[in-house]
Amino acid sequence: MIWAEDLTKVFDDFTAVNSVHLDVQPGQVLVLLGPNGAGKTTTVRMLTSVLTPTRGRARVAGYDVVAQPDKVRAAVGVLTEHHGLYSRLSALEYLEFYAKLYGMDASSRMKRITDMLEQFGLAEARNRRCGQFSKGMRQKLALARALLHEPPVLLLDEPTSAMDPESAFMVRNAIRSMRSTQRTIVLCTHNLTEAEDLADQIAIIQRGRIIFNDTSANLKQRLLGAPEYEARLAGTVNGWEPTGLPGVSLVQRSGDVLRFRVENPQEANPLLLEQLIAHRLPVVSFHEVPRSLEDAYLEAVRQAAEVSHA
Amino acid sequence: MLEALRPVYVIAHREIRDQFRDWRIVFPIIILTILFPFLMNYTAQEMLGFVSKYGGEIVGERLIPFLLMIVGFFPSSFSLIIALETFVGEKERGSIEPLLSTPLEDWQLYLGKLSSAVVPPLFGSFLGMSVYLGGLAIGRVPLPDGEMMALIILLTIVQAVMMVSGAVVVSCQATSVRAANLLSSFIIIPVTLLIQGESMLMFWGNYSTLWMAFFGVILLTFLLFRMGLAYFRREELLGREIDVLNLRWGWNTFWQAFTGGARNVWQWYRRVLPKTLKKLWLPFLIVFVLGAAGVVIGFSLVRQFPIVAPPGMLEEMEERLGLLSEVFAPGEFGPVFMILGNNLRVMALALLLGIFTFSVLGVIPIIVTMAVVGYILGILGLNGLPAATYFVGLILPHAWLEIPAALLATAAVLRFGALLATPAQGKKIGQVWLEALAVWAQVMIGFVIPALFVAAMIEVWITPRLAFLVLR
Repeated sequence: MIWAEDLTKVFDDFTAVNSVHLDVQPGQVLVLLGPNGAGKTTTVRMLTSVLTPTRGRARVAGYDVVAQPDKVRAAVGVLTEHHGLYSRLSALEYLEFYAKLYGMDASSRMKRITDMLEQFGLAEARNRRCGQFSKGMRQKLALARALLHEPPVLLLDEPTSAMDPESAFMVRNAIRSMRSTQRTIVLCTHNLTEAEDLADQIAIIQRGRIIFNDTSANLKQRLLGAPEYEARLAGTVNGWEPTGLPGVSLVQRSGDVLRFRVENPQEANPLLLEQLIAHRLPVVSFHEVPRSLEDAYLEAVRQAAEVSHA
Repeated sequence: MLEALRPVYVIAHREIRDQFRDWRIVFPIIILTILFPFLMNYTAQEMLGFVSKYGGEIVGERLIPFLLMIVGFFPSSFSLIIALETFVGEKERGSIEPLLSTPLEDWQLYLGKLSSAVVPPLFGSFLGMSVYLGGLAIGRVPLPDGEMMALIILLTIVQAVMMVSGAVVVSCQATSVRAANLLSSFIIIPVTLLIQGESMLMFWGNYSTLWMAFFGVILLTFLLFRMGLAYFRREELLGREIDVLNLRWGWNTFWQAFTGGARNVWQWYRRVLPKTLKKLWLPFLIVFVLGAAGVVIGFSLVRQFPIVAPPGMLEEMEERLGLLSEVFAPGEFGPVFMILGNNLRVMALALLLGIFTFSVLGVIPIIVTMAVVGYILGILGLNGLPAATYFVGLILPHAWLEIPAALLATAAVLRFGALLATPAQGKKIGQVWLEALAVWAQVMIGFVIPALFVAAMIEVWITPRLAFLVLR
């Protein structure tokens, strides 16, 4: 649904996006992570055919971003960095304006607008001017605009910024439901919890380059090493170590806790548990030690900085 | 086609609705459309009463259409402010990107914005003019005749469209509303001059020249619209965030276009200049035809403005020619530089006029010059003098070099305007502007200035002596 090869954008003598490769399938959510000015917005703008790539190719919903810009734009719903509302139009007028620009016919237009306003809790404010809206309401209305024409591809830049927790939860649910309807979603966010929660793929972009692009679990494995598992016992254990389990090492022993690094948990964990039980160790719990995406992200940025310094 | 125009209507409708909800726009329009015409009406009636006391009814008569034009122009000048806001204002408010992300084609977006900036001020203009004319009718003041009314209405429309077209170009290229407002002086100053010129023509009562002004403004509007559309790029609207005057880039662009990659002067003369001159053949041909038309116009004006030499003057001609040949000694450079300076001033004027008008007015100096030549030849003929002999003796010796040089310089100005109005793939308007200026500079430095210098030397040192020999 979204495919890009060697996508590059140069402004005068500044390379904003450098040789980006993307492949996002229908029903997948790709999260673009990166510091401000890393090239996320420029990438999104190229994928909406608003900016022309300096080099490389990209196809969105089957259309070439350079050769078929109008078709690309018709197939994409965009939530931009700035909500872009007209302060003197009401919510209803605003959505109606965009519905007409997207060529929605009069019969379905009103129903769809009403549905969107209701979905985002704006039905009661439909006749209020956008200038009187709170930040969160503006963001919701902008999101409603992006979804209005039911596009197969969604490019969302910070969709939950400025929202209260309840609204943010509602938006995340909306994104999940869109994923379930086979929509392809590219999400730019600084909220790493949200990224981890929603992403099928996470691309970390820095100085215009994608430095990592993988699933959240694989990113953590690649950047933070093999996952760690912790066994909590009913009493203190001294001297025991797992034997004959390749890829399993005891990394911490403190009181009633044993912590293992496991290269291949799928195969090794059942055997490890068998050994613990066979040695009559009183296992109370056995769980994966949670590792945050934030750690992985910071590690990725650190590694990239090291490489660029080198 | 109607289907394609629907988004244009949607955009214009949204914009107009937005404008009419903004008291900062509505309030001045109300004042200018209702109160101002009353004031003008009062002025017209008072003025009429005053001038008729001294038998100057004609002044009052001519004042009425002038005030009608002013009443119409004031609200339409609002279109400039609205148009300046269109793109850059939306960019500042952050609402441009969602709009650019819709499947609209560039021309639909452009036309929608353009029409929304024209319609409300024009509505105000017509309302104001109606109030003014209504007041005149009630006060039993004679209204301007039908042709003048039609002219004023048409001029108001095309001037508003021209201002908007220019302002939308500025709005697309500027990075902030403040910058756009500063750049708007490039629109308001020429339009003010135009209005002054039109006022003079109105007082003069010269309808045919007013019609010419009307068609000239239409041409300019078309060129501005074409240029605006040619350089309208979504990318430009989002790409630049701050105003940076990049002098180094400007100079590099100009210099690269000027040198054309030549490594020395010889290479430049051998390779670059001929290539440039080759590109100028069509503008040169057009300027040549316009110059020839100038000669014909000048010649034909002799009947309208004849000058008959006073008795005895022709007899003194030979003596005067003798004096002429003694005035400037060969090797005296003062008059050479004076003539060269004068010619270069005219070339610079042509460029200046061309810059503001897509070369439409840039061809005026050459037409006027050639018309003067035609007129002088006609006057000579009228006074029974051999025009062809005088031409050979007094003009041809230096004109064989001077006229082609002037035609070529004007052709470069014409190309300047043509380049600006032509879409240039992947180039910014500033880049095209600098490259076009470089072409003009190439022609001036490579050929025109040396040719005019040689022509000036001939004119000072050789022509008078040749004239004496030929005409004696």
